[in-house]
Amino acid sequence: MVNTDYEAVMGLEVHAELATKTKIFCSCSTKFGAEPNTQVCPICMAMPGTLPVLNEKVVEYAVKAGLATNCTISKDSKNDRKNYFYPDTPRAYQISQYDKPLCEHGYIEIEDDEGNPKKIGITRIHIEDDAGKLNHNEFGGGSLVDLNRAGVPLIEIVSEPDLRTAGEVDRYLKKLKSILEYIEVSDCKMQEGSFRADVNVSVRKKGETKFGTRTETKNMSSFRAITREIEYETNRQIEILENGGKVEQETLRWDEVSGKTFSMRNKEDAQDYRYFPEPDLVAIRLSDEYIENIRKNLPEMPESRKARYMSEFKLSEKDARLLTASKYLSNMFEDAEKICGNAKAVANWLLSDVSRILNEKEEEPDAIPFKAEHLAKLVELIDKGTISSAIGKKVVEELFENPKDPEEIIKEKGWLQISDEGAIKEVVDKIIANNPQSVADYKAGKDRALGFLVGQAMKETKGKANPQMLNKMFLEILSK
Amino acid sequence: MDITNLTVHELQEKLAKQELTSEEIVQAYVNRINAKEKDVKAFVTTLCDEALKEAKEIDEKRKNGEKLSSLAGIPIGIKDNMCTKGVKTTCSSRMLENFVAPYNATVVEKLNEENLIDLGKLNMDEFAMGASTEYSYFKKTCNPWNLKTVPGGSSGGSAAAVAANLVPWALGSDTGGSIRQPSSFCGVVGLKPTYGLVSRYGLVAFASSLDQIGPITKDVRDSAMLLNIIAGHDERDTTSYNMQKKDYTKTLNGNVKGLKIGIPKEYFGEGINEEVKAKLEEAIETYKKLGAEVEEFSLDIAQYALATYYIIACAEASSNLGRFDGIRYGYRTENYTNLKELYKNSRSEGFGPEVKRRIILGTYVLSSGYYDAYYKKAQQVRTLVKKEFDKAFEKYDVLLTPTSPTVAFEMGTRSENPLEMYLADICTVSVNIAGLPGISIPCGVNGDNMPIGMQLIGNKFEEEKILNAAYTFEQEYKFREKYQPEFKG
Repeated sequence: MVNTDYEAVMGLEVHAELATKTKIFCSCSTKFGAEPNTQVCPICMAMPGTLPVLNEKVVEYAVKAGLATNCTISKDSKNDRKNYFYPDTPRAYQISQYDKPLCEHGYIEIEDDEGNPKKIGITRIHIEDDAGKLNHNEFGGGSLVDLNRAGVPLIEIVSEPDLRTAGEVDRYLKKLKSILEYIEVSDCKMQEGSFRADVNVSVRKKGETKFGTRTETKNMSSFRAITREIEYETNRQIEILENGGKVEQETLRWDEVSGKTFSMRNKEDAQDYRYFPEPDLVAIRLSDEYIENIRKNLPEMPESRKARYMSEFKLSEKDARLLTASKYLSNMFEDAEKICGNAKAVANWLLSDVSRILNEKEEEPDAIPFKAEHLAKLVELIDKGTISSAIGKKVVEELFENPKDPEEIIKEKGWLQISDEGAIKEVVDKIIANNPQSVADYKAGKDRALGFLVGQAMKETKGKANPQMLNKMFLEILSK
Repeated sequence: MDITNLTVHELQEKLAKQELTSEEIVQAYVNRINAKEKDVKAFVTTLCDEALKEAKEIDEKRKNGEKLSSLAGIPIGIKDNMCTKGVKTTCSSRMLENFVAPYNATVVEKLNEENLIDLGKLNMDEFAMGASTEYSYFKKTCNPWNLKTVPGGSSGGSAAAVAANLVPWALGSDTGGSIRQPSSFCGVVGLKPTYGLVSRYGLVAFASSLDQIGPITKDVRDSAMLLNIIAGHDERDTTSYNMQKKDYTKTLNGNVKGLKIGIPKEYFGEGINEEVKAKLEEAIETYKKLGAEVEEFSLDIAQYALATYYIIACAEASSNLGRFDGIRYGYRTENYTNLKELYKNSRSEGFGPEVKRRIILGTYVLSSGYYDAYYKKAQQVRTLVKKEFDKAFEKYDVLLTPTSPTVAFEMGTRSENPLEMYLADICTVSVNIAGLPGISIPCGVNGDNMPIGMQLIGNKFEEEKILNAAYTFEQEYKFREKYQPEFKG
């Protein structure tokens, strides 16, 4: 933020597609990426006379999400119609929840920018159906409607305006995503739009207790874009106020290329959705046993897993936190550890090289192409001295390109470690002969020169020489 | 013997005794349609050729000893707002003029399971909004008793077709009286079941919390038989009630001794035609004579039912009819350059004036700032109406009222004044508001030989009580033996 007299206030509405096999009101598949209009039926196409039937799994998943975010579950809930015209909404109303959401008054704990724990309130979580998609000029002229996504179940998770910085927003979203992945209610694939956020931003002078006028930026689906958008929007609003202007309450669109927000509609164009109770569906009544049963069967959550990693595997708090942030990464860690028994090494590989490569590719852990067994094998090969860790790094790179048994990779690439004493001596002799200055330095007491010589030998063998043997051999020869 | 004048249970008997074949039955109806449809104009779509072909196939199967329903091969007419796979379902609207549903309504599937033969789709007020069938986009159906008068509505095509012997029985739908009022106008039996007894899946929705499909028949036994077929839980309609199936013909015993009949006096006050009132009073006397215990009482809340009904029904309709947007099916204007124009012009050109009026009304009452004053208030009154009826049924088995304040009125006399048209529903709407079953049966004619209808209202899921009360009166009064439509005018 350019001007430190102000603070920003953010609240998020996150839409997560639920990982049910079938849609919320019919039995069509929810699978992503099918040919347009191949996963549709009279119900999700809103043919005249059709009626919705609520998928019970959707309620179960939403309750799970509510319990995992410390919400109160409403035993008495219902669906409501949200009326508006748009070609991706075939009924001309979305079936959502208005005044009786399934879950309310929850919170998620994150860290603020100083690393102190902070609770972010969850106002509500409700269930609703996703809209279809419009393809503009994709199949020849005009716009065509694809209703495969129409009726895919969503939960909308509305936060309190408790977030104050882009960093907090980022941590809140990552935490929320991780929770939903842990309880397996959503695959949260941002690139497929199954985890997306509407970001509300307002600013106010520090110390002010009233909120400023907020803007809402719709459908953000990358962490980086959200951070950029918040920074941009915060500065834009501060600038308006500093110039004596007023922030307009409006709905915005983020443009990734220009890095700016653009107005979609202002308050005057705000739609009147004419909510009213959905008469085609009966009220949702949940028993205490039903809710308790879901609570009892909630899986281990990131917090407790983190604690377990610290005590069981003696991992640092940071490593344990980073590993457990993603259920996928964390599961891979546990699986690999079980095979090779070297928790520290597995954690190191995942948090260093593997995470670095994912970052470069801008991908999430679930995009890791190789298996836990492969990683375990890599660690074993290093532990046994078959390869050096320098070669290990190359193996990881190769695993991303061509995932298979690391032993095969090593064989194919000829990366086996040289542990033959004769071969090692040959290399050492050569390096000593070629670097008289370093040899002299070492003998004059400069220990660092030894490192240089070993490095040269590694380079000569393309990293394949056994480093312990090299070291030993150099010391032996040089001390003669 | 005029085959088309037989009731369905009579046809069933003759089929069983092999005195008639399905082909003979269907042929008789086809002949009758050819002779009378031009006067009555009850159908939007006739399926005469298809029906004859099907009849022959069923006769063949029966001859070969295949096990078939005892009703197999008997024709039926279906109101044109129930989806029939492969056959147009228009709702008598330009919007759906060429719409062919890709699926069958649950009730249609149930008719198919019995091998009943679809003789055609019957005319109605557009999207079931109206009380005279004059709001059909295609044609105005005439009342067989006097062709210058309306058959009532919105199931006017169904009631007129049954009265004119164009079909032996028919399905109608009732949101505020759309089965009972036309049945009353046409001198036939119309039953609106308890909300939730019959699946609405495949019924093009007008007002979801009020709509019910029900039988329109020549007599009460046929009504019970058709109800047997269509009633029952459907997992595709979560508002349909899951309960033990009943045989509604079993309880028709012609005995009303000790039956407690309540007469809500508000239904006999101002606005009720004197001749209608007189016939109703005669009917009440008949019940007394038959041993029923009749008592007058006050159902004060009833006066608010009509306003409540028009708010709730229009609100739901405004949302239900949103899907007719010209995008996926139905009418699309040729006159547009952008999306908004496509919506606006398709809907302006595709819907008739009454439908538009109700969409506008419904949109208004749901609007932010008006919701509490109209929709919410109406829902509160609805709760009170239900409570009042609950109280009444603590005392009475059946309530008795006129079905309509008047007999069938002349065409064109009310279609220009919506409010007057709405008053035609005044005796029937509270039954839908409370979700109760109601049946209309003829209880006489007026001086112009026009039928007068009596409405019997029952408690939830107690169809058997109103059916037996109606049956008992019918056995005593023998309306069909005394009066027949004359096709005059």
